[in-house]
Amino acid sequence: MPTVHSLKPVKVLPGNVLRYSFAERLMHWAAALSYIYLMLSGLAFWTPWMWWVAMMLGGGPVARAVHPWMGLFFTASVIYMYRMWLPDMRITKTDLEWKKTVGAYVRNEEEEMHPVQAIRGFDRFAPVDRFNLGQKYFFWVMFWGALALFVSGMVLWFTDYLPPTMGWLRLLAIIVHPIAFLFTLGGFIIHVYMGTAMVRGGFSSVIRGEVSESWARYHHRLWYDRVMQEAEAKK
Amino acid sequence: MAGKVLDIRAISATSSPAPGIRSATPVVAKLIDTSACIGCKACEVACQQWNDLPPETTVQVGTYQTMPETTPDFWNLIKFNEHETDEGGFQWLLRKDQCMHCADPGCLKACPAPGAIVQYENGIVDFQQENCIGCGYCIAGCPFNIPKMSKKTKKVYKCTLCVDRVSVGLEPACIKACPTNCLTFGDKDVLLQKAENRVKQLKLAGFMDAGTYNPPGVGGTGVVSVLAFASKPEVYGLPKEPRIPILVELWKSPLKWIGNFAILAGIVGTFVHYLRFGPKHVPEDAQTQAKPAGAGD
Repeated sequence: MPTVHSLKPVKVLPGNVLRYSFAERLMHWAAALSYIYLMLSGLAFWTPWMWWVAMMLGGGPVARAVHPWMGLFFTASVIYMYRMWLPDMRITKTDLEWKKTVGAYVRNEEEEMHPVQAIRGFDRFAPVDRFNLGQKYFFWVMFWGALALFVSGMVLWFTDYLPPTMGWLRLLAIIVHPIAFLFTLGGFIIHVYMGTAMVRGGFSSVIRGEVSESWARYHHRLWYDRVMQEAEAKK
Repeated sequence: MAGKVLDIRAISATSSPAPGIRSATPVVAKLIDTSACIGCKACEVACQQWNDLPPETTVQVGTYQTMPETTPDFWNLIKFNEHETDEGGFQWLLRKDQCMHCADPGCLKACPAPGAIVQYENGIVDFQQENCIGCGYCIAGCPFNIPKMSKKTKKVYKCTLCVDRVSVGLEPACIKACPTNCLTFGDKDVLLQKAENRVKQLKLAGFMDAGTYNPPGVGGTGVVSVLAFASKPEVYGLPKEPRIPILVELWKSPLKWIGNFAILAGIVGTFVHYLRFGPKHVPEDAQTQAKPAGAGD
């Protein structure tokens, strides 16, 4: 059962609700910034077309030296994220209902509905809890991707300590690391696009933590209803 | 290391073609006639001396071998393989372990640092440590376990085939020191012929399994060995059919292009999505309007 996570009563602007606590925002940006560093330095090692990025990060040897440490930091932030968001990230029956209409969601067809219907929630979209199925998929891609990147990355970090008979492990790591990265990068591109350009209000919510009530009701009605009920109960 | 006098045939992690344009440069090779090696280790000493490498601590491995493997400071190691024949006899199969200077070098293929590994027109594969970032991917690409990373500099080192000597018309230091003519150096075609002649001699002497080790899986090597037991190179510690590991090939060829295409498709796809569908707007109703009324949009 999803729970409302640590949304302690915090002063928010009138008409707004708190969507992400300070700890959640901090954790999100710890993961995001370390991922961006890892992605950029990793792309420099991935293709000579991107080698100039390594120059901007202090040169090849510096990028090579910092990359694994940043990887540890990223892994730690993902583990923290897992502990924090796991209850909200489990895929539920309503998610599978919502999945049936994901095409309409992608095409922004909710706008074609009558505004009152859309506001009142009599839409053809299954109501969404704190995160929709796409967000949950992204979370799991990043979680399993980070795990694969961490394990293969540790092998590559200490590659010169592997005995010759363990060469297969190094080869496995060398192919697992870029494959896992490509999956996370696919998720990352879509996540950044949706969080900034496509779903307006998403970016500011993970900066300041607040969304408008209508935003919350529109995108995450089940979560909104729970938050409101809890607020009522406290009164 | 040195060698601006030599043209470059292949260069690591560089998207433009390698700059070499000369075609008349002969491909050089080192021929190791293992049947003539007496295990004197003069080549080991000459290598250390010419390349000005610090003394390396020896390791007792139970044989006369200097240490178990080559190291970042020790590029030329005579392997004292003790081999028991099928009849229960004992044979000492000496082999000179060093970089093989593959025609198709796996280290160069795996290397992500532009210009850290080059192959000259004459076939010598050389590490340019000033461009090395110390990732160790060359270790994965090498089928002979040759590149070794220095703990001190975090860069990889191996035999240069004395490119600094060869490029000015000298032979490698180990060749110079070898007292038995076990080692010879020169034009690869000539040396392959010489190897064939030696194989014939060995066959006449009763070593019917004699042959040349110049593995085609890596395009042939710049270090060619004559082996008395060529069908079983493993007894010398050599891989039977060396080639660039298939996972390195998969990573550098299909995966890289599939990945590049997917990344571009993702960026273009999200952009086109925005052009076609634009952002999602939340229909605000008057009561929950966060903005002050009449503030405009």
